[in-house]
Amino acid sequence: MEDVIRSIRDPEKPNTLEELEVVTEKCVEVQQLGDEEFLIIIRFSPTVPHCSLATLIGLCLQVKLQRCLPFKHKLEIYISEGTHSTEEDINKQINDKERVAAAMENPNLREIVEQCVTEPDD
Amino acid sequence: MRNNTTTRISECFCWISSTFDCDNIWTKILIDLFKDHEGSVVFSAEAECTSRLSLLVRDKAIRIWAQEGDTWVCKSVLEDGHQRTVRKVAWSPCGNYLASASFDATTTIWKKRNDGFESLTVLEGHENEVKCVAWAPSGNLLATCSRDKSVWVWEVDEEDEYECVTVINSHTQDVKHVAWHPTQELLASASYDNNICIYKEDDDDWECRVTLEGHESTVWSLAFDVTGKRLASCSDDRTVKIWKDCSPEDGQGDLSWKCICTLSGYHGRTVYDVSWCRLTGALATACGDDSVRIFKDDEAADPDQPVFSLTAQVAKAHDQDVNCVAWNPKEAGLLASCSDNGEIAIWRFQEN
Repeated sequence: MEDVIRSIRDPEKPNTLEELEVVTEKCVEVQQLGDEEFLIIIRFSPTVPHCSLATLIGLCLQVKLQRCLPFKHKLEIYISEGTHSTEEDINKQINDKERVAAAMENPNLREIVEQCVTEPDD
Repeated sequence: MRNNTTTRISECFCWISSTFDCDNIWTKILIDLFKDHEGSVVFSAEAECTSRLSLLVRDKAIRIWAQEGDTWVCKSVLEDGHQRTVRKVAWSPCGNYLASASFDATTTIWKKRNDGFESLTVLEGHENEVKCVAWAPSGNLLATCSRDKSVWVWEVDEEDEYECVTVINSHTQDVKHVAWHPTQELLASASYDNNICIYKEDDDDWECRVTLEGHESTVWSLAFDVTGKRLASCSDDRTVKIWKDCSPEDGQGDLSWKCICTLSGYHGRTVYDVSWCRLTGALATACGDDSVRIFKDDEAADPDQPVFSLTAQVAKAHDQDVNCVAWNPKEAGLLASCSDNGEIAIWRFQEN
């Protein structure tokens, strides 16, 4: 699963989130919820404190993981504590699935996210 | 598909009887489970006066299902009404109209014809996604709410003409749900700002008369009980709250609603929907932990300090989040639920 996250590209730079240390192995927590179902908690640290960028990274993480994880899971994505001024606001948005779904219907936003999450060989 | 349904029913019968552990009254029989489309099912709504169920998949089409004998059949598919996902639908009290609220910022009113449904009018005005639409019991008023933080009240006349009478900006964030009182002209709304607002009309203008605070995160849905004296709300904070109307009897002065009960510790994740049965008083919840739960209050308890107990639970009602539950308004014990996994299930809860 770490491989899935590693490959997500930063929306502003040509590097991946892993290369920029926005996400690392340590920031992924996995809890077992039941037979073959897991709760995945990801904490990420945006490189710059821009609100919209952090939300965008969170959105990319949501989309990529929902699409790529082969096992049954529930997902929670948070900004690492202390790394952003409007953490709570962003965390609430990223974890509201209705907001995420509506955001992905916005063509401009969708295109940016698709570019970040698509593998080079997709 | 029929074969799959049969297999699934017998699996479920076995599963249900083996997990039946309720020590009082409910037995559960999954009577139908069907899948006819791709994508998540986000909302289902039972028709007020006939056995019709409309359901929405996370796409732009609305499907109308009706019961024929023992099975449910898709009677109509309403496409081309919206440019983006349809989020909620609501049947008018008379059952002849359907309102659909969409992420494309509009609400469409459909009229039932002999051979299907016709788009009558499109209500515009919201700045972005419309999250909910609800008809007042009188059938003359409609409410919509949106991520633009507002609640709109619309009036409809005998010529099927719709007009917005008030735009209310009482919430500070995305408004998720609106619900009308069953007997009075009173409206309630639930929001991402963690609050509930209750509105009343004064001189042709609707305004928020009281704000119910208490939930610690987004309030997703609301349901009045049959008398309208109590309101149930459910939230991302994993609780359900019951609120009671403590307003002065004579109708003078400010409205007052108090939280008289909080159901916590039952739901493992966000509670997306709550439905209060007008026939039996049972409260059903839809949860992000894939479960459907039924609560009932103890009749012997003090009405100001009710005791609600969990009377039935379907732990894995679906494979994924349960987004919506709706009691059939005419047939006691019949409940529909729908899920991110693309299924809707019709449940029958029977007393022993």
